[in-house]
Amino acid sequence: MSHIVDRRKNDKGKSTGNRQKFLKRVESQIKKAIPDILSQESIKDSKTGGSVKVPVRGLDEPAFRHDPKTGKKQIVKPGNDRYNEGDRVPKPKAGGGGGGRGKGSNSPETSEDEFTVVLSREEFLQYFFDDLALPKMVKKLMDSTETFEMKRAGYTRDSVPSRLNVKTSFQQSLGRRLALKGVFDKKLQLLEEQLALITDPEERVGLELEIEKVKRQANTIPFFEDIDLRYNNFERVPVPVTSAVMFCIMDVSASMGYHEKDIAKRFFTLLYIFLTRLYKNVELVFIRHHTEAKEVTEEEFFNSRESGGTVVAPSLKLMDKIMRERYDENWNIYCCQASDGDVWSKEDAKECKNLVLETILPAIQYMAYIEINNKNRESDLWQAYNRISNDEDFSIRHINEVYEIWPVFQGLFRKRNDSDSGR
Amino acid sequence: MKDIDKYRAMFTNPNWDYDTLEAADQVIGRIGREYLKLKTYPNQIEIVTSEQMLDAYALTGLPTSYPHWKFGKDFVLNQNNYTKGRMGLSYELVINSNPCISYNMENNSTCMMLLVIAHACQGHNAFFANNYMFLDWTSADSIVDYMVFARDYILKCEEEFGEEEVEKVLDACHALMNHGVDKYKKPSKISAMQENERLKRLTAIKRENYNELWRTLPPSADLPEPGSKEEHRFPKEPEENILYFIEKYAPALPVWKREIIRIVRKVAQYFYPQGATKVMNEGFATFTHYHIMNKMFEEGYVNDGFMLEFIKSHSGVLYQPEYNSKYYSGLNPYTLGFNIFMDIKRICQEPTAEDREWFPNLVGKDWLEQVHYVMENFRDDSFILQYLSPKVIRDMRLFTIVDNELETTYEIGAIHNERGYRKVREQLSNQYDRSSYIPNIQATKVDLYKTSKLYLTHTIQSDRRLEAETARATLKHIRYLWGFPVELHSKNKLGINESTFEIK
Repeated sequence: MSHIVDRRKNDKGKSTGNRQKFLKRVESQIKKAIPDILSQESIKDSKTGGSVKVPVRGLDEPAFRHDPKTGKKQIVKPGNDRYNEGDRVPKPKAGGGGGGRGKGSNSPETSEDEFTVVLSREEFLQYFFDDLALPKMVKKLMDSTETFEMKRAGYTRDSVPSRLNVKTSFQQSLGRRLALKGVFDKKLQLLEEQLALITDPEERVGLELEIEKVKRQANTIPFFEDIDLRYNNFERVPVPVTSAVMFCIMDVSASMGYHEKDIAKRFFTLLYIFLTRLYKNVELVFIRHHTEAKEVTEEEFFNSRESGGTVVAPSLKLMDKIMRERYDENWNIYCCQASDGDVWSKEDAKECKNLVLETILPAIQYMAYIEINNKNRESDLWQAYNRISNDEDFSIRHINEVYEIWPVFQGLFRKRNDSDSGR
Repeated sequence: MKDIDKYRAMFTNPNWDYDTLEAADQVIGRIGREYLKLKTYPNQIEIVTSEQMLDAYALTGLPTSYPHWKFGKDFVLNQNNYTKGRMGLSYELVINSNPCISYNMENNSTCMMLLVIAHACQGHNAFFANNYMFLDWTSADSIVDYMVFARDYILKCEEEFGEEEVEKVLDACHALMNHGVDKYKKPSKISAMQENERLKRLTAIKRENYNELWRTLPPSADLPEPGSKEEHRFPKEPEENILYFIEKYAPALPVWKREIIRIVRKVAQYFYPQGATKVMNEGFATFTHYHIMNKMFEEGYVNDGFMLEFIKSHSGVLYQPEYNSKYYSGLNPYTLGFNIFMDIKRICQEPTAEDREWFPNLVGKDWLEQVHYVMENFRDDSFILQYLSPKVIRDMRLFTIVDNELETTYEIGAIHNERGYRKVREQLSNQYDRSSYIPNIQATKVDLYKTSKLYLTHTIQSDRRLEAETARATLKHIRYLWGFPVELHSKNKLGINESTFEIK
């Protein structure tokens, strides 16, 4: 007899393993496609969720096949409406002679070599940031990115009154009172039995007094005693910090054109996405500066134009101020500065260097400075920063074209070897 | 009568539930058994979602399969097409196993469910259970268990020898899947005792028929001289099952790789009848559901509205775009098969003068018996060659196009007229013959003395040569499995070598 089975509740992930195998096989292609995707600006799509399409080719499975162009073939087709035996029909000029067209579903010529793999956002980012890590991540996590949280952990006998647990304390008291009362009850019962047997009035008076005494004693059992009291116990449990803040500092002086801003924006976006993968909650602070520094919204940051000269130091001061006001040691702080390197004076560059070295670096996890101009020219700011950059918590890089962004980013965040990160 | 009313209420409600399916299966099963006299495996009907259907597609319709990226690729490809709306999913997918497992899509309407149960659980099921190709080449009882074994074995190999190595072997085997099929049964090995008996009998016969005269004959030219190289030629007979040949004779192949080859070979063999009976199988299933549905209507299980929905889907299944339509993608196997089966029935019942001439054996016979006979004893090429009638050729207006490499125009070879019927029929039969779409390649020689080199021979048919690039890629896979150099010769009718591929 037939069986009817409802499989709808079963897993649908039967192909997950095979899909993973397939992705592994095209891994190199996916990675190769990443810079392209980046320069096509579709990275923004990946930020808003959804999927990323990666074109894949060259996955055909070889087998012995007939060359469709060769030989003498006869094909049967339906629906003849005009031909008679012996008619001649010109072959279509281009497009492979049309030999395989009529073979229907058996046709091996159907091309499936090139198609797109749709990756989920997670998978895409996995490939995207594969082999990348924040420098010193592990160490920082152990040292300072930890905070503590109080967690309930049973009861204790000794604590402050505000943590008294009434219910448990009452249970203790109830037990104690029952136990103690039982002793007196037994004594009382014994005495009363004796009283019933004794007829001598003097002895009776003595016994009655005794009974009176025991009754009084029984009433004196205290409702609460110190040993009954139970307090809620709390333990300090370390929790890793899951929030980070990223400061984006950009020069918006007249020398920064659309091209420079575009590169800066892409770089910031990359860093932002990278951070969102590591931290639950990432905040952004945008600071732009020309002669003076100002905190702005994202919209303003990237779109409005200002002109004038460039003084960099105020922006770093502003960042320091915001940092101290809003973000305590529970935050992981990252900073990314983009500029074309123009500064007002050598003094300004020097001040920046000192600010970074003395006030900013000790408080933050990592700072990156990217300079968007030709490498031929070393700017004052670059020279100043170059002296203190160490690639561990402060890195500086040059970018001039969009396609350079990814390699530079990769270079900044390439995973160090284990001995380094394990410390 | 009351029962019928109850059933009708169920079947005409567009929403189905478990009871509906059970009732449908009962009624349809009874009609199939009593009216169409179908013998089937027990059914296992599984209701699945679209995602699960995609999974089933990727595993080419096996409930389990060994892990391999190819299945993942198919899955990704189908999923892309499906989510983009480029491809619909079929209403059902049925597996040649005992019990016969069929997957039905959850979003089918009640009518579709009934149609699918009649089509798959009666039509396909009966075909699997009775067609000689399936009986000879597949074992429906054990396939599901075998695939579980295959999966576990390959997982174990992955663990022991590394995923990459296993993947290499599987890739190579898949490239040869079309050449891993037995088309003829090999004689089974006989035991030593039987061999003894045979020799004894042979000597007895020789002794009885001994005649001095034979001694005087000169020795036959065919037999190789003793001691010559030809005598030690290996293999003695060419072998077309290349996977089998490698599994048995590859000089330095570890046992686990041989077992993997065997697994792929078994799977290829399991699917061999399905490729060879596509037209018949679909045609017969369509023929079955058409009759069962009409019978249900006759007996009052369903109403007019139900039948309208049924006829709409039925004609959708049978839609055959014409050669110049933009929807044309080859002959629809459902249509072709259904038309031929329906015509067999017609010829039995209402033969015309033409039929008397073409099918004297069918005229006046019991149509059901004939349909059963055809369903059991043919495969696509023989089925078409025997039963494609002039009427079907006329109705479908079939014609043949000759595409010759050497000419600049196509020639119309034959059309649906008196002169053309036989040509069209022969041609269409050829088109479904395996040798027309899979090159004929055999393992012909192994150099046992020096290099262990494997020689393959491709016999060119109707001037169709091998695609050079894929041939070389496939040879590389063979080279990997065989472990020693491989050479492929393409030989034409005269036995002259036209092209050579060699992988050192």
